[in-house]
Amino acid sequence: MTIAALLAGMFLATYLTRASFLVFGHRLRFPPALKAALQHVPVAVLTAIIVPEALAPGGRLDVSLANPWLVGTVVAAVVARLSGHLLLSLGVSFAVFGLMRWW
Amino acid sequence: MTTVRHALYAGARDAVPLMIGTLPFGVIYGTTAVAAGLSPLAALAMSVIVFAGSAQFIAVSLISGGAALPVIWLTTFVVNLRHALYSATVHPAAHGWALRWRALVAFWLTDEVFAIVERRLMERGNDALLPYALGAGGAFYLNWLSWTAAGAWLGQQFPDLAGWGLDFAMIATFAAMVAPQLRAPTPVVVALVAGAAAWLARDLPFKLGLVLAALAGVVAGVWMDRRRNTEEARA
Repeated sequence: MTIAALLAGMFLATYLTRASFLVFGHRLRFPPALKAALQHVPVAVLTAIIVPEALAPGGRLDVSLANPWLVGTVVAAVVARLSGHLLLSLGVSFAVFGLMRWW
Repeated sequence: MTTVRHALYAGARDAVPLMIGTLPFGVIYGTTAVAAGLSPLAALAMSVIVFAGSAQFIAVSLISGGAALPVIWLTTFVVNLRHALYSATVHPAAHGWALRWRALVAFWLTDEVFAIVERRLMERGNDALLPYALGAGGAFYLNWLSWTAAGAWLGQQFPDLAGWGLDFAMIATFAAMVAPQLRAPTPVVVALVAGAAAWLARDLPFKLGLVLAALAGVVAGVWMDRRRNTEEARA
């Protein structure tokens, strides 16, 4: 497998999705219903990435207080929700995760 | 011009928390790519040319699993399909931008850059959005390349590093981004449905479960919007 072909194909597959509307769809008008639907995308996508990773890190189900991924993720969410401060939330959750993993 | 420079700077500054959040992610990508048999230069070239964190991770796992090129390309496309939705979200604000700037912003439109730009769009509308997006995208691009290079170097020095579980940084970052948005019933329902669907569909191949779960969450959100509109019409 040549690296050049790998990267060229991956570039196209990635760039076509990102450029779709911004570059090629400049004359398109956007349906308001679709626009309303898109507002829900970030929460839906990010939660869909988080949940399987937190409940089953490495593919093994572990719903318990001994799962550092689950506890750390909940801590990150709670601190961010209460403080509204992203860096604080990351710092606290990294600390909790690190303590649970290596202490 | 002060406004332009101001917005460039503001975009880069607002990207800093997420840049720190992706530090371990970028380092681990570089480390695992080298562990999977890519040369450090090839690992870095993928970040330079493709610039898509989760797709790069998945590609590396497919390469080490001996997947064929078309499978890797198709998987990249499926995993990145959500970026078309980002492109469509930014598009109405981009009507006055020159083609080269739209093309460049599109290239930089990752999950994180979109999250930063979208927040600005909600708060300030179209006001100096282009330089802001260029500042955020450029800063995030350089950031991703730096951590990839560091990871590729580390991967050569310490082949065991990938097993440390530092991938936690990615989901913690995403959780911290989502949680503040959960202040109304609708986003809570969207998150619950998307999370449950992602869990149920987690074993589907090619990360298709992620696409299905995101779609389920969006459908739930549209349903909630419609329900609220009907109630308001009745009141």
